[in-house]
Amino acid sequence: MNTFEYMPAKTVKEACDLLSKYGEEAKILGGGQSLVNLMKQDFVSPSYIIDIKEISDLDYIRYDEKDGLRIGALTTHRSLETSTVVQDKFFMLAEMEHTLASVAVRNWGTLGGNLAHADPASDLAPTLMALGAEVEVTGSKAKRVISLDDFFIGYFETALQPDELLTEIHVPNSGQGGGIYSKFAQRATDLAVVSVATHLIFDPNNSDLCKDVRIVMGSVGPTPLRAKRGEDLLKGQTIDATLIEEAARLSAEDAQPTTDINGSEEYKREIVHVLVRRSIKEAKARASAQ
Amino acid sequence: MHTLSLTINGEKVESLIDPGTTLQKFLHGTLGMTGTKEGCGAGLCGCCTVMVDGKAVKSCLILALQVRGKSVQTIEGLAPEETLDPVQEAFIENGAIQCGFCSAGMIMSSKALLEENPNPSERDVRHALSGNLCRCTGYHKIVKAVLSVGEK
Repeated sequence: MNTFEYMPAKTVKEACDLLSKYGEEAKILGGGQSLVNLMKQDFVSPSYIIDIKEISDLDYIRYDEKDGLRIGALTTHRSLETSTVVQDKFFMLAEMEHTLASVAVRNWGTLGGNLAHADPASDLAPTLMALGAEVEVTGSKAKRVISLDDFFIGYFETALQPDELLTEIHVPNSGQGGGIYSKFAQRATDLAVVSVATHLIFDPNNSDLCKDVRIVMGSVGPTPLRAKRGEDLLKGQTIDATLIEEAARLSAEDAQPTTDINGSEEYKREIVHVLVRRSIKEAKARASAQ
Repeated sequence: MHTLSLTINGEKVESLIDPGTTLQKFLHGTLGMTGTKEGCGAGLCGCCTVMVDGKAVKSCLILALQVRGKSVQTIEGLAPEETLDPVQEAFIENGAIQCGFCSAGMIMSSKALLEENPNPSERDVRHALSGNLCRCTGYHKIVKAVLSVGEK
């Protein structure tokens, strides 16, 4: 690891001021479960580390029937996994956490850090995108809200400006919906080779009709990808096996996997196809059970 | 250099360290507490597992400065000198140790699980230990050992 200057920040303002002073020379350290790893391998060598882990007012999970779920950026994965309100109202989020790395990583790693790291293999990002989540980012002068659909712009790249800090995650209340995060990995604690998060809402006036659906594919492109053609096919329709199969086929076509150590491009497309099919079926069953 | 003050196994420790020092390097290298080993160094194998404020973490992926003021427990502090913790005893009784490299991490993860859930199911144990790799592949006896503590 290269040498760097270590600067603990006690408040969001302090962190933002340091960020505007040092810009791209600085890196924000949350739990560091990704960043410390990259620094040890000299993939990144920041001159300044701004440690925000001790900013305790960014560690919270709040739920409101109308507003939905608000999660502080420094909330750990383990807190999300074990939160009773999350298990009760946003089951697919708690369930997803169960597949993310291991307990020890989840005990220290933070949700904001996971998103800001923007690894296309993130388990959290596609799940939150399927739930229509947005993030609040705080800069030295102002705050803004960015939909997660627009937050990821490339491999390990986000819409965050050099002086901005991700401060909150907002998940709207999905009402009568059901969803699932399906992950395919070599071992239980590995990153996803392919993942698919699907969330489906039925029409409250006609429970046979799909009112809205989001299908998000992870690890098969530079960012998590919405399977928009698959989604459009299902919206407003009565979902049957034929439609599910066609949506899965279109999604596999729209995925952008690359061949690597985990499998060939064709192999990954085939897994996308299978996971999309399975996840729509399961999301549908869960939404019906609501 | 930065001053690091923390509690390790109940004792106050203060040291001057380079900010790039991981908690694992601090424990193993600076303090000579060789129970906490670095296997993969990337958060995958779990050999470096210790507890911070009662929760299992991977000490190879945490900067030591991040645990300033906190309480760290390592394998050396599980039981007083010359005695063993029930989890350590169970590992011996069940032959859950082969080469021994993963054992400290396995025991720390098991200990953290048992403190949270004193009667875990086999599924709970396997899930809690999924971040700890045993390259001798002695998983069966390890799981059996942890379950035997839960039954007691």
